Amino acid sequence: MKDWKIKKVRENVYKIDKEGDMNVPVKIFASEKILNKIKQDDSIQQAVNLSTLPGIQKASLMMPDAHQGYGAPVGGVAAFDIEKGCISPGVTGFDINCGVRLLTTKLTKEEVESKIKELINQLFEDIPCGIGKESNLRLSDEDYKEVLNTGVDWALENKYATKEDVELCEEKGHMKTADFSKVSPKAKKRGRKQLGTLGAGNHFIELQYVEEIYDKEIAETFGITKENQIVVMVHSGSRGLGHQVCSDYLRRMEDEFPEIVKKLPDKDLIYAPTGSQLAKDYLGAMSAAANYGWCNRQIITHYMRESFKKVFGSKINLNLVYDVAHNIVKIEEYKINGKVKKVYIHRKGATRSFGPGHKELPKKYKKTGQPILLPGSMGTSSYLLAGTDKAMDETFSSTAHGAGRLMSRHEANKRFTSEGTIKELEKNKIYIKAASSRGISEESPGVYKNIEDVAEVSDKIGIGKKICKLKPLGVIKG
Amino acid sequence: MQYKYISHTADVKFKAFGRNIDAVFSNSALAMFNILGPTNKVKSTKTKKIKVKTKSYDQLLYDFLQELLFLLDTEHFFLHKVKQIKVTDDFELTATLEGDNCNNYELKSDIKAVTYSDMEIKKTKKGYEATVVVDT
Repeated sequence: MKDWKIKKVRENVYKIDKEGDMNVPVKIFASEKILNKIKQDDSIQQAVNLSTLPGIQKASLMMPDAHQGYGAPVGGVAAFDIEKGCISPGVTGFDINCGVRLLTTKLTKEEVESKIKELINQLFEDIPCGIGKESNLRLSDEDYKEVLNTGVDWALENKYATKEDVELCEEKGHMKTADFSKVSPKAKKRGRKQLGTLGAGNHFIELQYVEEIYDKEIAETFGITKENQIVVMVHSGSRGLGHQVCSDYLRRMEDEFPEIVKKLPDKDLIYAPTGSQLAKDYLGAMSAAANYGWCNRQIITHYMRESFKKVFGSKINLNLVYDVAHNIVKIEEYKINGKVKKVYIHRKGATRSFGPGHKELPKKYKKTGQPILLPGSMGTSSYLLAGTDKAMDETFSSTAHGAGRLMSRHEANKRFTSEGTIKELEKNKIYIKAASSRGISEESPGVYKNIEDVAEVSDKIGIGKKICKLKPLGVIKG
Repeated sequence: MQYKYISHTADVKFKAFGRNIDAVFSNSALAMFNILGPTNKVKSTKTKKIKVKTKSYDQLLYDFLQELLFLLDTEHFFLHKVKQIKVTDDFELTATLEGDNCNNYELKSDIKAVTYSDMEIKKTKKGYEATVVVDT
């Protein structure tokens, strides 16, 4: 593997100049400390490979939490010309619209502390999680089609969502480009009994309290009014349906464009040229999977609201702050070389960061910029950030999506035990309930980069402004 | 050795070995399921027959493993062993699998998909070797 020459552009911004097959430079948004960790795996080479794809605009970008993925790095962002570019399932990710939402309550840490176990156990009972756990819903064919075509709108019609929930999802939880007919029968079958399930691996529900507020005014707009206020974070995606959509289209593109495959530095970067039927089909299927992802987190929210009522009485409410996607491709507009143009923006393990005034933001957040949710690893802090104007110029309105892994699951199992991790969490007064205790060591806080560093860099570069810091009290791990 | 795991930051990478092409496919399936839990402790209560046809060995391995994930998601089928397997020169695989319902076991982690990342099937002195990265 080549040792790429990395130049420092300014504090926290690095660059690899265009050379050879690269169509644009690579830009890395990281502190020196983070950069040294990024250098330890293949992620930089993957970002270079990404820069060779046709029609890529400005630069191949790496967010502060970047690490090695397949094809493109996780924490990778790339925008492609809408006419002469491409659209790629591998640059979107297998877990389409894997994402996060945050909900606020009026409860305080003191009110909840004595009931944490009861609450976490109740949530665990009400929300199917782990491998092989099926949905409580039985959807008719017509309903299933509506879920894929209309996302959270279906949830609203069927009383799983409020009007405000719909407003407070990225894309309003409904990508209009969705096309049910472009999703294979296999993908549909995989997702059929999984709607409203958390999944496994790194997916979680976390009960948190507000530890520190950095910007009082914006925090209040986001629904965070005081320290020690209780909030809930949900991390899940489009389940087997999304994974299958990605696999299906990798194969279809590979079969349809063998000449492209031959020239690729990595087969996972297979793409469909924009304008081709296959590009349209993938966008239709990907959007349907994204709608499933939003609807999935919405159904989980519905169950959580019920669980909270069982524990704290009927008056308790959970209000959605925002719901963001981490793995997605869509059309957005950016100023490039002085002209506003539409691009296919791919975010793979990255969060959209629309600043104040952006036309696609809900009225509530027009002045503040969008809320950005940055989950930390299990047992550590998470952050709530706000989108910025600067991100629009620097990173196609993108920032990090979390802590980013540091070591393999294999290595994690060598260094940590599940029992040890649970004890460590208990020592910090964090109650954990997992679908399987065997997997806890693999998600041990030690296997992730430090979230504080990632949030700090995002804030310092100005691509996501720190609003408040959240600390966990209880975790449900899928 | 049937298979071994190799360090990879976010996902799981493994190499599977076999004295012939059938064995390397069979051991790849075991390597993948052992990420979730020990296959040797799983009972044989169910039998599945599968058939996959593609245009290359890479594709065949990819689709074979994807098919197993499909069975896990839709029928909760967790592999105990590959009872019979035949991989032909024109990239067709037929196999009989034995296993049990995954809900009868405590599993860890998750496998979202098989990737093409670093995928390789090559001939060695002792037979065949396959490299696979799965997204977890």
